[in-house]
Amino acid sequence: MVRKIKTFKELEDLKQECKNEKFLKKTRITISSGTCGQACGSLDIIAEFKKQIQRYKIDDKVILKITGCHGFCQVEPNILINPAKGLEKTIFYQRLKPADVEEIVSETILKNRVIERLLYVDSLMKKSIVYMEEIPFFKSQCRLLLRNNILIDPTDITDYLAIGGYTALGKVLSGMSPDEVIDKIKQSGLRGRGGGGFPTGKKWESCRNAKGSPKYIICNADEGDPGAFQDRSILEGNPHSIIEGMIIGGYAVGASEGYVYVRNEYPLAVRHIEIAIKQAEEMGLLGKDILGSNLRFTIKINRGGGAFVCGESSALMASIEGRLGEPRFKHIHATEKGLWDKPTTLNNVKTWACVPVIINEGAEKFANIGTDKSKGTMIFSLVGKINNTGLVEVPMGVSLRELIFDIGGGIPGKRRFKAVQIGGPSGGCIPEELLDLLVDYDSLTQAGSMMGSGSCIVMDEGTCMVDVAKYFLSFTKEESCGKCTPCREGTIHMLNILKDISEGVGKEADLELLEELGRMIKLTSLCGLGQSAPNPVLSTLRYFKDEYITHIKDKKCPAGICQTLIEYSIDKEKCTGCGVCRMECPQEAISGQKKVPHEINGQKCVKCRICLDICKFEAVKVS
Amino acid sequence: MKQVDLDKETDKIVDRYNARITGSVSILQDIQALYHYLPKEALIRVAERLNIPLSQVFSLATFYKAFTLKPHGKHLVCVCLGTACHVRGAHSLVDELQRRLKIKPGETTKDNKFTLAVVNCLGCCAIGPVMVIDDKYYEHVRVNKIDSILNKY
Repeated sequence: MVRKIKTFKELEDLKQECKNEKFLKKTRITISSGTCGQACGSLDIIAEFKKQIQRYKIDDKVILKITGCHGFCQVEPNILINPAKGLEKTIFYQRLKPADVEEIVSETILKNRVIERLLYVDSLMKKSIVYMEEIPFFKSQCRLLLRNNILIDPTDITDYLAIGGYTALGKVLSGMSPDEVIDKIKQSGLRGRGGGGFPTGKKWESCRNAKGSPKYIICNADEGDPGAFQDRSILEGNPHSIIEGMIIGGYAVGASEGYVYVRNEYPLAVRHIEIAIKQAEEMGLLGKDILGSNLRFTIKINRGGGAFVCGESSALMASIEGRLGEPRFKHIHATEKGLWDKPTTLNNVKTWACVPVIINEGAEKFANIGTDKSKGTMIFSLVGKINNTGLVEVPMGVSLRELIFDIGGGIPGKRRFKAVQIGGPSGGCIPEELLDLLVDYDSLTQAGSMMGSGSCIVMDEGTCMVDVAKYFLSFTKEESCGKCTPCREGTIHMLNILKDISEGVGKEADLELLEELGRMIKLTSLCGLGQSAPNPVLSTLRYFKDEYITHIKDKKCPAGICQTLIEYSIDKEKCTGCGVCRMECPQEAISGQKKVPHEINGQKCVKCRICLDICKFEAVKVS
Repeated sequence: MKQVDLDKETDKIVDRYNARITGSVSILQDIQALYHYLPKEALIRVAERLNIPLSQVFSLATFYKAFTLKPHGKHLVCVCLGTACHVRGAHSLVDELQRRLKIKPGETTKDNKFTLAVVNCLGCCAIGPVMVIDDKYYEHVRVNKIDSILNKY
């Protein structure tokens, strides 16, 4: 099937061919198999499906499609079934075990019967839902970048062609000048999805106008923000969309070499982007004379070395050059002097993936989605204390309440929402009062947070804000490259103060000092890492000062997290003496006779929380 | 491991990147992937071949987290400390592993069976807390499950 495509016409023909072949009237079984899916056992499900399809001799009736992540990580491994008849709706089965597969084949595939027990049960509506299109988690999204993840096998370029892949590239090369491409990106209002939010069209234009040659294109796929995995999902699930965006970018700015700098901690993503590049080369979509247009463009992969600071553009470029990933001052922008001091356009994975969408569907349509100054969609990773964990793509300007409660399904158990942390170590915590905030680049910055990579960590009343601030600061302290003093030394000092507070030896004056240090680090650090490192501390101080004060004055941790300030005990009234906690305690710190209230030995207890989590009678108390 | 073999393997990797200094991070990654650490002799060889001071290679080897200068034990136990795992109690997993294995993160047990490591985020935030032993992912791990997981090895 793989053959060189030399013209736009040939591309269109091949696309039609692929489309006819892929969308035959067959029953389609789609298995989500990204990293999360595989961790939950999707590979076993795939093997079992292959076995059962053979056993029932239905190879000619079904298509088994192994795709990247579908975004609904909470219920992995999950599959989609589109019966040959009535292709409009998609049956959604979740949390599968290999033992379920035979029944799916014999009942659903062969007899069109839905298996009730495998359906998704919505926590709010309290009923099971058959079709994917009707599940609130999917229904309320607006998927521009993620929508194709469920349609294509990322390791097969013809799948991407069948859904119209590389059409945008064809359009650009056959009828648009580089300036027209840049104008179109400008009209769309696309801003950098890596977090900074710089207008993409403007960036491209200044690189195009910069003197110097060769010019370079870089895709920043060093997604180091803990809690974010949207880039991973696109790299794993739809790598060609990134490649297509980069080639178009190369054409627009006049670059013929591109780099993908990807985290080595994402082995599957690295493998998929490698395969995609190889296949695009084989088809002539990368290399010399692309689609007969004289355009030359190649892409190389650089694997990251596990340093968070390399997500910063100048550090990333240093790392590609084989040097230490240390940032530099940006008096001169990378668009003028970037990689090897040549003009360079660096964008995030999601930004590149937006490019084909904008070219195909028009700048106007893209600009119609979102708010006044933030256009298009944003992918958030909903994680932490939330019912529906996963990736959600929503228009810019959606409210936090909608994001967390309507799509995310709210907080598990009877606990209360406390805060949401957006933007990872550079972002801040946003409290309940601001739940109706409409999320875009500017509103988040105003609230003391930032868009960042779009990680959205939900916290309930069992999360201690001092601990969260301490967590992020110890992260940035570890990841600080050490080149500039404010970031290297300042974060250590702030962390020491936070440690004191969490251990009950903090002083009231510490809070003022924290604020002062935070402001200083923000103002004087060299790069974005340092300039945003104090955000988690400053935002929690802004919205949750009371909690800091309780730690300092009362020597108590209201959320029951800070270990030195808490003690575990058993409420004798509530304990039934069932013995579960006694058996589960890894330290054998709990003792008691059966059916008699138990006791915790404070000397042995390591405060691991197991007893608290497993007690059905709410008899374990933290004070 | 014989010095000759090590030089040979290192040369193969260096040649893969045309012995160019721009490939130095990738070269070290490939050596790390091959030996699961960076042997001192290999670093010396890389410096020779790239014609750069050993100190420069050493600075790369210690700057990037992906590299280790000490060999791993037989199994690498890696706990994710990403934010999502953290709020779901990943730290108590590390505490428990430290107690069970009697080592700190970065160290190897006396019998050379386990090396304990922590990582900032594996991107599987939905199924946290996550622990990875070699290539096997364990999802929603709880402190009281650790014993039975370790016993598999």
